[in-house]
Amino acid sequence: MSRPGPDGDSSENAVSVLELRGVSKTYGREPAIVHALAGVDLSVRAGEMVAVMGPSGSGKSTLLTIAGSLEDPTSGDVLVCGIALAGMPQGRKARLRRRVIGYVFQDFNLLPGLTAAENAALPLELDGVPVPKARAAALAAMEALGVADRAGWFPDQLSGGERQRVAIARAVVGDHRLLLADEPSGALDSVNAGEVMRLLHEACQRGVAAVVVTHDAQLAAWADRIVLLRDGRMTGKTTRPPGPESLLTPGEIR
Amino acid sequence: MLLALLSQGPKYGLQLREEFEAGTGEVWPLNVGQVYRTLGRLERDGLAESDDTGQEGPQKRFRITPRGEQALAAWLRTPPDLTSPPRDELVMKVLVAARVPGTDTREVIQAHRVYLLELMQQWTRLKEGEARDDLSLALVVDSELFRLDAVIRWLDAAEVRLARAAAEPPRPASAPDPAPQLRRLGARR
Repeated sequence: MSRPGPDGDSSENAVSVLELRGVSKTYGREPAIVHALAGVDLSVRAGEMVAVMGPSGSGKSTLLTIAGSLEDPTSGDVLVCGIALAGMPQGRKARLRRRVIGYVFQDFNLLPGLTAAENAALPLELDGVPVPKARAAALAAMEALGVADRAGWFPDQLSGGERQRVAIARAVVGDHRLLLADEPSGALDSVNAGEVMRLLHEACQRGVAAVVVTHDAQLAAWADRIVLLRDGRMTGKTTRPPGPESLLTPGEIR
Repeated sequence: MLLALLSQGPKYGLQLREEFEAGTGEVWPLNVGQVYRTLGRLERDGLAESDDTGQEGPQKRFRITPRGEQALAAWLRTPPDLTSPPRDELVMKVLVAARVPGTDTREVIQAHRVYLLELMQQWTRLKEGEARDDLSLALVVDSELFRLDAVIRWLDAAEVRLARAAAEPPRPASAPDPAPQLRRLGARR
């Protein structure tokens, strides 16, 4: 509840929720070595949403699994909330993952035998949080996403849009501070896909940091920053554009 | 467009301008002179008529005629002319970049891609804010986002094509392409 505000944290000293420093990842060995990532630097602050775009095979998904501590980089450092992951024992790493990181998957991955609230509470329960406390946190997250009234429903009773909301509630529940999303809008039509991005961006404005991997420019455009990957390298990034006012021709008459 | 507004009931010129702007998400400002010129034309063609109050200017109220209603219905269903591609400055630049010696076309394409993404981010901020409660604006913003998205996809495709062309040895320009059937016959051997 005491997360930093959505803005005002642009100062250099604000601690990054996620920081990649010179991260490289190679698979295989010479001569058949594959450089999935090559010297990637990325810093994502609380309240910020960064989209990672690139063609398939550019290293987007590798970047996400490394950021989520599911894989170790070949070289370079990964810091989550200022804590370096290198050399951290597996158990501690798993705990950090459960406590701090939320995932949104392409197909939402809700468990069919559990209600919406049970699904949303699951990460906390797995982390040993007592059930009533976990449920309360899940309900709070669902409330913020407008699906609290669906708490007792099962996934197959929910619409596609409601399922997305529950999946996002599960990703931000409790004290999750880093959201990692891989093509989070799945096969939804463009209006509903935009709605997923709106919800993720709103979650960021409440203080979480998000990295969203997508190949879709319309979805990436919801992010505060877009970085472009190709062949494992960062080849470009957008700067924070001016507000939308600059698009509209001023109404000179009147 | 003005006929569409008049089809909802008689209106004054100034009112038409305001409603036009509100109805298009205020993306295309209209000056009042344009409104009156268009109304004059509509009246001349018998598509709209004004109250015969003898007054001029803003006091005049316009209404649609039955002929105007027919013309409106026909206009709505007439496809705009999209047959010939517009002369596109970006397409030109990429075509030219491929011919200027020492130009890194990838870098040229990337610069345009980043700029287009930034524009899309701005439109999306609009969608996130004002366009939430303004259906007309939301529709206009969507159309702009789809247009910019299409340009980015074209850049992606152009990049792949240019990379492929650079990797392949150039074919002799004079030799005409063999007919497709011949090529297929040849491949069987």
